[in-house]
Amino acid sequence: MSDVTQRPGQTSAHPGLSYRELEESSYDAGYLEHPEHDELLTLNFGPHHPATHGVLRLITTLEGEVIRDIKPVIGYVHTGIEKNCEDKAYWKVIPLVERMDYLSYYFNAMAYCGAVETLLDIDVPPRAQYLRVAHLELNRIASHLLWLATGGLDLGAMSVFFYGWRDRDNILDLFEMSSGQRMHPRYFQVGGVAEDIPSGWVKKVKKFTAEFPARLDQYADLIDNNQLLLSRLRGTNIVDKETLLQLGVTGPLLRAAGNPWDLRKAHPYSSYDHFDFKIPIGTVGDNYDRYRIRMAEMRESLKIIDQALDGLPEGDYITNDRKYALPPRHELATSMEALIHHFKLVTEGFRVPPGEAYYPIESPRGELACFVRSDGSSKPARVHMRDPSFVNLQSLKVMTEGEYVADMIIALAMLDPILGGIDR
Amino acid sequence: MEVVRQKLGSGDEGEFRSRQLTARRMLHNELEGEELEEFVEQRLLTTTLEKAGNWARGNAFMPATFGLACCAIEMMAMVSPRYDVARFGFEAFRASPRQADLMIISGRVSIKMAPVVRRVYDQMLEPKWAIAMGACSSSMGVFNNYAIVPADKFLPVDLHIPGCPPRPEALMYGILKLRNMVMAKPDLGWRSRYGGGGTEEFDPKQIEVDPNEVNVAANTLGRAGTSA
Repeated sequence: MSDVTQRPGQTSAHPGLSYRELEESSYDAGYLEHPEHDELLTLNFGPHHPATHGVLRLITTLEGEVIRDIKPVIGYVHTGIEKNCEDKAYWKVIPLVERMDYLSYYFNAMAYCGAVETLLDIDVPPRAQYLRVAHLELNRIASHLLWLATGGLDLGAMSVFFYGWRDRDNILDLFEMSSGQRMHPRYFQVGGVAEDIPSGWVKKVKKFTAEFPARLDQYADLIDNNQLLLSRLRGTNIVDKETLLQLGVTGPLLRAAGNPWDLRKAHPYSSYDHFDFKIPIGTVGDNYDRYRIRMAEMRESLKIIDQALDGLPEGDYITNDRKYALPPRHELATSMEALIHHFKLVTEGFRVPPGEAYYPIESPRGELACFVRSDGSSKPARVHMRDPSFVNLQSLKVMTEGEYVADMIIALAMLDPILGGIDR
Repeated sequence: MEVVRQKLGSGDEGEFRSRQLTARRMLHNELEGEELEEFVEQRLLTTTLEKAGNWARGNAFMPATFGLACCAIEMMAMVSPRYDVARFGFEAFRASPRQADLMIISGRVSIKMAPVVRRVYDQMLEPKWAIAMGACSSSMGVFNNYAIVPADKFLPVDLHIPGCPPRPEALMYGILKLRNMVMAKPDLGWRSRYGGGGTEEFDPKQIEVDPNEVNVAANTLGRAGTSA
């Protein structure tokens, strides 16, 4: 595959054949590389480039059109969030971590809240767990839709961009209804969720889950049988699962290579074990599998949302422990105890016993985990995120080495890195 | 809904008829003096070239495709079918800064990124405008730490849009404000607008050359004074 351009050969041309057809055929494609042009070219790509999904910089070494080396340079949106977290009370950290991976904000909050709940050893009421699952899966669909929209744009499919945004806005409406914000809603709280869902929310989500499969079918009609997209996606940037595992890659990339590793099944959290869903996996591990996996994951997410809302338990939406959750507003006027708790919580925040916790969850991009170390005070001593985009980006080199530079754009789109999560 | 058919003009039959007759006389070259002046004033819209240019610029921004963080998502959402910024004429995002005249600094600018943002801004051609979108690029926002630089520190920002992130509507409202600014102000570069004279990267006088000296074709062909 990659040695095509290295082979010395005759300089005869085969008109009418594309590069990839030449590769697959038995022709000697040595003429593709001109003998005078055998030197290497270093091409800087980014940080300002529309196809880098943010401000990623790639230093690529090209030999003709083939990539020989690729070095990602990161840090262009380094925000110092982890350091900021050490300066805030535990519950004030949530809005900060939400802004790391800015497409999967619910997941960031979930990982952080889960880690703190592990340290505190408090139980989250079942209603809160189900509400969390519903929001997480809606967010997964929103994130995948944005991947579909921008990935389609990278492939030159402009209409997919508009369709993806149309449906994503419907999901953001649901977020807005339940928490008041389109992005970074700060809905998850240590011990549960910040507020109960408003009346009518379930009905609206049901409406969305009822009509969304038809939309997915439309997108499949648009893309799945498109010859242009198929020829760019199929058989490109193949990486086997062993290499991916060695690099620590998780999420849709690993599942596309055939490893059914999904933390929702492998290590269930937030009552994911109550729901019936499947983990789609690929066989080849090429860009087409990566695309199909995410499309299939959206359907599975719909199933989970429906189950979570059908079986939504009654009860508290946040833990009853007044040491960690704000008391209801009406108690403040009648109960001295509630007033003291409220005052302590909003001024100092709650204290967490010393210890360390690592809480991994399955984000749209892979294993997102939060590590929190507590020294017994009301501020975390260390907050660290294991962001899947950061780890997955390492696999870009094995994906693209020896492949054409045009395929690198697709590989990056199918990798779906979020630079806010990488740099933090 | 009731549909009312009306004749052109004020609706007054007599006045419409008289204007018709005046127009006919005009065509027959029978109007003279004060009558002619009045006729022309009624029918011409006078403006200056500058005003017309500013009107065109203000209504057709070409923002640079330049996303930094969360706000970039809302910036992209502005183009989406629901918000449809094409209604106002700002949808033509340009990937090359050479073709863009509006930079939306959408997100947090780190110290490592600030020189790049400035370089992209410098590559844009005058007249150009910059919008600081969101809290981070305006005031370092919720982070306010060692890594972040507010856009004001290294760029002449024309407009700040608050929010974390601002909704697409807020961004559209901001761009419309900027449009009013552009239409109201005379067409000047940012150095004149913000008193930044003397900060040019080169002295325009230094690179001034005599066109005849560098015009090789003119020397060989023996013709002088052609445009260089």
